[in-house]
Amino acid sequence: MNNSVRKKAPFGAALDNTTSLFAAAAIGLMTTFAAPSEAQAQDSSVKVGFVTFLSGSAAGPFGVPARNAAELMIEAINAGAVPGPYNTAGIGGSMIDPIFVDENSKQKNADYLKLVEKDGVEMIIGYVSSGSCKAIAPEAEKAERLTILFDCGTPQIFEEIVTDPKYTFRTGGHATMDSVAAARYLVATGAPAGTIAGINQNYAFGQDNWRDFSGTMAQLSSDTEIATEQFPKIHSGQYGSEISALLTSTPDVVHSSFWGGDLEAFIIQGSARGIFERSKVILSAGETAMHRLGAQMPDGTIIGARGPHGDLAPDSELNSWFRKAYFDRFGTLPTYPSYKMAQALLGVKAAADKAGSSDQDAIIGALTGLEWEGPSGTVSMALANGHQAIQGTAYGTYKYDKDTSSATLVDIIHFPAECVNPPAGANSIDWINGGFEGAKCD
Amino acid sequence: MLTAVAIAVDGLGFAAWLFLSSVGLTLIYGVMRILNMAHGGFYALGAYSSAWAIGLYTATGSTVAFTFLLIPLAALIAGVIAGLVVERGILRFMYGRDEVLMVLVTYAIFLILEDATKLIWGTDSYVAWQPAFYFGTVEVFGIPYTVYKFLIIGTAIAVGLALFYALNRTRIGKLLLVVIEDREISGALGINVTLFFTATFVLGAVLGALGGAITAPEISVSPGIGAEIIVLSFAVIVIGGMGSIGGAMLGALIVGFARAASVHLYPPAELFSIYLVMAAVLAVKPYGLFALAESRKI
Repeated sequence: MNNSVRKKAPFGAALDNTTSLFAAAAIGLMTTFAAPSEAQAQDSSVKVGFVTFLSGSAAGPFGVPARNAAELMIEAINAGAVPGPYNTAGIGGSMIDPIFVDENSKQKNADYLKLVEKDGVEMIIGYVSSGSCKAIAPEAEKAERLTILFDCGTPQIFEEIVTDPKYTFRTGGHATMDSVAAARYLVATGAPAGTIAGINQNYAFGQDNWRDFSGTMAQLSSDTEIATEQFPKIHSGQYGSEISALLTSTPDVVHSSFWGGDLEAFIIQGSARGIFERSKVILSAGETAMHRLGAQMPDGTIIGARGPHGDLAPDSELNSWFRKAYFDRFGTLPTYPSYKMAQALLGVKAAADKAGSSDQDAIIGALTGLEWEGPSGTVSMALANGHQAIQGTAYGTYKYDKDTSSATLVDIIHFPAECVNPPAGANSIDWINGGFEGAKCD
Repeated sequence: MLTAVAIAVDGLGFAAWLFLSSVGLTLIYGVMRILNMAHGGFYALGAYSSAWAIGLYTATGSTVAFTFLLIPLAALIAGVIAGLVVERGILRFMYGRDEVLMVLVTYAIFLILEDATKLIWGTDSYVAWQPAFYFGTVEVFGIPYTVYKFLIIGTAIAVGLALFYALNRTRIGKLLLVVIEDREISGALGINVTLFFTATFVLGAVLGALGGAITAPEISVSPGIGAEIIVLSFAVIVIGGMGSIGGAMLGALIVGFARAASVHLYPPAELFSIYLVMAAVLAVKPYGLFALAESRKI
């Protein structure tokens, strides 16, 4: 398989320059760093902090694609080069002046406050990890600074942590959408689901995903039983025992919200031992791995992208432009973290342009309850008093095309936003356990 | 019965990985009294070297069988280079300093190695699954296990026996035990203590790199894997007694079986089980099961 390994930097070339090696290593000692401003010299600019994983195991599959998308979109927005209706320069007339900060830090709150108080950013867009979002959302409300959570998934953010948000927004759907849609896909395709098992990371995102998936299955198929629930530590990488437990409990369905290196390790170890042949496996974040693993991802795996992103995104001028611009610049197609970053930035631009200003209060006022088009389709800030986005989503079944050596999704099913997200004012788990009251799936 | 078999095989597999990943750490501590935080960096270097080499090689379409030579070769090259650079370039200027200071120094080295790996191999993850699939699977009571997992178990046993033999049955090993006992007297007797230190550190680095290299085909090699292994390795060698090869083996077995039993019998306690057994052992034997006897100089 040609794409089994990605070559980033030539080995010899990197070692030739020991000076730069040690200089870069020394720079790496700092837990956070700020990239120099890339904003063009304009009369009016708005300083924006971007926080994603620039180091650690989440950097490669999530943080770096998100940062890449941010760089691409900032340049295009500042130049007015995004297709309409975004073809005006800047946001509300101001150029975006970015500061990038590493989310892989032991002092996330201090890093956040530094951005607000020392760097003087006017808004912050960031946070991949649900753990980060749980820590930052209350901090944003306290600091009274506009903060856009672009990726993290736990529904707890506005249901338990900050129940009356003023300054915090999330422009991507939360994990309930992923889990409900996964279960609905399973039922819609008629796959046997008498017994289900889960292997999810032992923190908010993994726990919430399994809670919502198993809860939805219980509602949709009342005779479903749970075979085993595995919650290995995040980034543990070794799943031999868990896979044995999945094999010995013989479930019809295995659900996993694994992501990053954990996801790839599970696919390698699980496929080597036949778990994908014995059970129908659902990977709710599988889209980030399918192009990288190619033929190594077993055919028949149910794949999600935490929204209608990547290969699940609809055909549109904006999507085509985004995919082409991203591929031309980075040599690879954008995966869902890239889509979600673009979605966040276009949401901010739509709000600022609507308000005619890049001032915080103006953007907050316009973004609350806003509806806009992203590369993945329509996004509505419908929940949490207009601070939490919903959007339709989709799942597909993996099929490796040997003729073209490419990863594809077949049997794609789209779900309307109101079908897989709770209505405004409803708590996710109550909505699921109550039988999805108000869901519109037609 | 099925669960018991699964616990036994899974526990053994996890223990083998733990032992390979931590034996270099306990060896360096036993000889040099350095709690080497950079060990995670050696592990990561081994994993990246192995995955990178396997990827380059398999991209040529050649037979996968030779990748089984690439794995130890990658570990050897990465471990020797990194071990020599760290020991000759930094640590030799620090010998005799307080153990706590050495922890800080080696932690700094670990951070540098983390960034060096990113500089060389980037932030993307590497997968090099071919060796893990090459021999297929065998079924144990109906549960499929990769043959590669048993190769790891065999390698761990071989490494343990080789170290035991080298330390206790060879002249160099016996001299090393003398150095461990008293480095000043050893020097006075004409033993080249500096050379032993360098050789031990490099061997420890190679073993750390081997742990990473042999694991690489089973995982996604990505930034941060070095940090994960340090914590587990410390748990293993603390349980066994820091500086003891046999202790590391026993510690790995205890942790391996505790974790496997937890996953099969009570999954929510998976992580807790490791530290529960560590706390239980330390409550009874505060310096670990096989702690080396400390001689006091008056």
